[in-house]
Amino acid sequence: MSIRPRWTRLSGLEPLVITPETNFVNVGERCNVTGSAAFKKLIKEDRYAEAVEVARAQVRNGAQVLDVNMDEGLIDAEAAMVRFLNLIAAEPDIARVPIMVDSSKWSVIEAGLKCLQGKGIVNSISLKEGEAEFLRQARLVRAYGAAVVVMAFDEQGQADTAARKVEICTRAYRLLVDRLRFPPEDIIFDPNIFAIATGIEEHDNYAVDFIEATRTIRATLPWCHVSGGVSNVSFSFRGNNPVREAIHSVFLYHAIRAGMDMGIVNAGALPIYDDLDPELRERVEDVVLNRRPDATERLLAIADRFRAGREKSAAEAQAWRALPVAERLKYALVHGIDDHVDADTEEARLAAARPLDVIEGPLMDGMNVVGDLFGAGKMFLPQVVKSARVMKKAVAWLIPHIEAEKARTGEAQRNNGRILLATVKGDVHDIGKNIVGVVLRCNNFDVIDLGVMVPAQRILDVARDEAVDIIGLSGLITPSLDEMAHLAKEMQRQGFSCPLLIGGATTSRAHTALRIEPNYAGPTVWVKDASRAVGVAQNLVSRDLLGPFLERLRAEYAEIRERHKDRGPGKRLVPLADARAQRFDGGWDRYDPPVPAHPGLTVFEDWPLAELVRYIDWTPFFQTWELAGRHPEILDDAVVGAEARRLKQDADAMLERLIAERWLTAKAVVGLWPAASVGDDVEVYADEAARDAGRPVAVLNFLRQQADKPPGRPDFCLADFVAPKAAGKRDYIGAFAVTAGIGIDAQVARFEAAHDDYSSILLKALADRLAEALAEALHARVRRELWGYAADEALDNEALIAERYRGIRPAPGYPACPDHTEKAKLFALLDAPSNAGVTLTESFAMLPAAAVSGYYFAHPESQYFVVGRISKEQVEDYARRKGMALSEAERWLAPILDYDPE
Amino acid sequence: MTGPEAIPAPVTTLPWKDPARTQRLLDALAVRILVLDGAMGTMLQRYQLDEAGYRGERFAGGFDARHVHGPGCAHGHGARDLKGNNDLLVLTRPDLVRQVHRAYLEAGADLIETNTFNATSISQADYGLEHLVHELNVEAARIARLECDAMTDTTPGKPRFVVGVLGPTNRTASISPDVNDPGARNVDFDQLVAAYTEAAIGLLEGGADTIMVETIFDVLNAKAAIFALDRLFAARGWRVPVMISGTITDLSGRTLSGQTAEAFWNSVRHAEPLSIGLNCALGGRELRAYVDVLAEVADCCVSAHPNAGLPNAFGEYDETPEETAAIIRGYAESGLVNLVGGCCGTTPPHIAAIARAVADLPPRRLPDAHAEAA
Repeated sequence: MSIRPRWTRLSGLEPLVITPETNFVNVGERCNVTGSAAFKKLIKEDRYAEAVEVARAQVRNGAQVLDVNMDEGLIDAEAAMVRFLNLIAAEPDIARVPIMVDSSKWSVIEAGLKCLQGKGIVNSISLKEGEAEFLRQARLVRAYGAAVVVMAFDEQGQADTAARKVEICTRAYRLLVDRLRFPPEDIIFDPNIFAIATGIEEHDNYAVDFIEATRTIRATLPWCHVSGGVSNVSFSFRGNNPVREAIHSVFLYHAIRAGMDMGIVNAGALPIYDDLDPELRERVEDVVLNRRPDATERLLAIADRFRAGREKSAAEAQAWRALPVAERLKYALVHGIDDHVDADTEEARLAAARPLDVIEGPLMDGMNVVGDLFGAGKMFLPQVVKSARVMKKAVAWLIPHIEAEKARTGEAQRNNGRILLATVKGDVHDIGKNIVGVVLRCNNFDVIDLGVMVPAQRILDVARDEAVDIIGLSGLITPSLDEMAHLAKEMQRQGFSCPLLIGGATTSRAHTALRIEPNYAGPTVWVKDASRAVGVAQNLVSRDLLGPFLERLRAEYAEIRERHKDRGPGKRLVPLADARAQRFDGGWDRYDPPVPAHPGLTVFEDWPLAELVRYIDWTPFFQTWELAGRHPEILDDAVVGAEARRLKQDADAMLERLIAERWLTAKAVVGLWPAASVGDDVEVYADEAARDAGRPVAVLNFLRQQADKPPGRPDFCLADFVAPKAAGKRDYIGAFAVTAGIGIDAQVARFEAAHDDYSSILLKALADRLAEALAEALHARVRRELWGYAADEALDNEALIAERYRGIRPAPGYPACPDHTEKAKLFALLDAPSNAGVTLTESFAMLPAAAVSGYYFAHPESQYFVVGRISKEQVEDYARRKGMALSEAERWLAPILDYDPE
Repeated sequence: MTGPEAIPAPVTTLPWKDPARTQRLLDALAVRILVLDGAMGTMLQRYQLDEAGYRGERFAGGFDARHVHGPGCAHGHGARDLKGNNDLLVLTRPDLVRQVHRAYLEAGADLIETNTFNATSISQADYGLEHLVHELNVEAARIARLECDAMTDTTPGKPRFVVGVLGPTNRTASISPDVNDPGARNVDFDQLVAAYTEAAIGLLEGGADTIMVETIFDVLNAKAAIFALDRLFAARGWRVPVMISGTITDLSGRTLSGQTAEAFWNSVRHAEPLSIGLNCALGGRELRAYVDVLAEVADCCVSAHPNAGLPNAFGEYDETPEETAAIIRGYAESGLVNLVGGCCGTTPPHIAAIARAVADLPPRRLPDAHAEAA
């Protein structure tokens, strides 16, 4: 019988098995309040959402284990540990890695262990308090199912020499393995990394002591591991990161060779040992290995020279121009440089037998590199779109020559297939669709883009006339889901068989499986985002891949349908009467509603764009480009940071121009009116006289949560935030509509004529941000002046984005009031078409697309919530209140119905 | 904790509660694939009991007529609908539960699972019957024990065993019940440990030979059960074998709380279980890939008790005994399993077909022993 090795088996949502091939396990060190001032600040200020992003960034940068430490005098470490671990447990891209629960307090460790569904690591226990406590804790670590870091620390203190380190670790190992049958593979020793080059002679050998102890421990204590906090070693060079990183790199090089196989390191900032400047490396090595008495002085002597990183020289940046033309084209494509593309393309054309050879040769070669890098996650969407711009310009240069050639020979260009893209009728959002178009073109698909608000029949007519291989539909607002289902039915009825792609923010795999795919016998595929579009399209046009792909897909969708049927009603809803009985209580007898300083309508014909820049929330801008992370941290992100910075630079430059050259006009209208709630409705009065006469100018209908909540947690409805008629208080409601998109069409047309999708998409994304910024700026103005209930409010933009102010501005069609059709009343009250230049489509999308509208509520406890699923009882009630047929209400509210209509 | 404490012994060094019985189980596992029983819930549904049927005499008023409310009673005092509380039938219709056990034993099951899927204080709170948890578990184990012993007497060469079931409860410790607050939880580790401890005490008192933590949607719940058993065994000074069975909820290959099959094994391996396996949610065809993963990585026995296929549009299972048995035989032919059985939708004929299908096939060979520490 052979003997099986003992590999350490850890897990988050996914396994982490440490084998000799693992080489070195990176433990992310940034979620540690003792080691990271930034993280400490976030926790102390209760900014947990941002703290979660710190964890996400580390995992994305390659941390294989996440260390979490909340040991700080002013923080309730147990509570903070539990809250943070529960929050990251909800993020699959973070929770996939094992957690290292790090605390010097056993109670904090135990609280943390009770939150881990995976097998984590305790950091740490030691013999400091004697054997009995050590064994008690280790026994519990085992019962909770974790591995353990054991510090080289005993009753006498922390071990500094190699001999002491080995002695303590050996004693701990024997106790754990012999007394507790603790699995040796679950023991990780931390033999203490101390700072070197401190000027104190006794410290000079600390790195060597660690390395030598590691060697002995790994050789004599089978299956255990050795870890340590690496940044300690270079502590005396703080302020000089290049030298610190060099020290880490050299230290790890030697420690890993001695058997250190886990470490708390900032992996993103670790230079490669071989890449270090030879002189620096030698002097660092002298220090780390304690090779000469003057090693510290000699390193200090050169340290300043390495303090700042070098910038690439202009000459180096231009070196690629000396390459042969095919290489230059490839370089320009991969790097998205379009300065020389016309000249280079012409040079390549003159050298080629046929103009088409330029496309099929160097241009496609370059785009293949781009496709590979994108697929491998080494290039990001903005770069790909820039590459596509280069490609498009080169192709545009060649087209007249290709046409001439085709006229002569009758030969056509080959491509992967032809795809029709359209944003469906009633919807105007197209940024995502345009990105998909660009990415597909990069991969040699012929894309026909019909634009926005395209009626079903037009899509089908063009698809038939142009013999397209695939139809792709996009939409952002919920009514578009219905239109897509309708289009699928029409495709079936009219005998289509080509694949149908579904994409856009409100679409989902479940909706596609349940509501669209059953309508159409041809392949129907939900595409999550632009980066998936190419893979899906390639599967669909490939003779070999199509069969297996469809088989998988259909099984998956069928499974979703089965599960849905099987699922039953899910969480039980409470009857409407019960939900209403549990309404939010505004404390009306104690509350005096603020009276608007400027009641009625206020119109802003031309809001200065320059004032909006500081209100911009950049995080969604980066999301548009599929760069995940929060602004501004994303700019320093080790993976996407460089690309995010470039994108931000381009955005800033365009922003400056569009403001200076007045490309866009921003308009806004605000209305503030007397109002009173009646049940789940709000009556709006033109003025106080109309209120007293009881003659509302409009009745706004709202929906109520029907979740089964414990007492004291209300089932919210927006109407709850306005004083009920019966309370006898004079309360108010507000509404607004803004746009920053007036004039955008002309600019977009200009970019498209120049084959510059990148700038076109960039402009649309900026206009969206400006409209949101205007909504934020306007709301601030309403709070401070127009309604005037927070005259002395002073908030920076971070606080605004975090919505740390009184009052809310929910928008119809969003979770608190999911019915898009209520926008019609809002627009009539505001006369938004004439006052703000914003109109509605038949699906209640706003035109221009860069627009925001919504209500204002001023109650200090008003808050955003999600209505969630609603019962037929409520839909019937709502339809009756609204004077709408039940079937029509069901159509508009389809995404939130808790039942199957019909 | 106060006062000086003896060095805590590792649970896995404790003696078995009943060494002879456990040895018979281990001996059987060494030579053949053992058969678990099939579904209890779908079998009980066939009796089409109405509300009165569930209540019986003692609960005729919709509450426990024998229960005297005392301080600390958290449950309501009014009548509740008890229909659907299958675990209660061990008190109100033990004859039916015993019939189902007997039918599975006659079909060839080696191990009978107690009818205690929801017999924890957390799940029984839905019915206001938290105070019954101990009684439900004792009775469920006791009647399963009676049926097993009766059958063992008629087939002495094939001893039958009682598997005390700890279900998942109706709450999860890793998933937020509130979409607006991903950090919220409606149950925590300590509450789960308390609930599982209470249930396990009853099962062991009633005569369960092993404890199975099963239908694990959320591995943190399972870790609480494992922790509870660890403490309980340590306090008793003996132990019984622990079996663990998780649930892969869909073809993403993950538990409801998001773990892959291998991550699941890594998370519960410290229990040093008798078996690790998967049950429920999927049919045998869909489950196979994940059983395969466990068979690859686990150093204990591997179990599988899938559903009778995937439910049809009406939520019914229509895989025939022959189809199920053919799929399970495929598992055995590939050497993946040591224990097989059925979950939702399986019936005595399914179990009989499975027992026949694996009778001539050897059990999965356990991996070689681990290297010694030093």
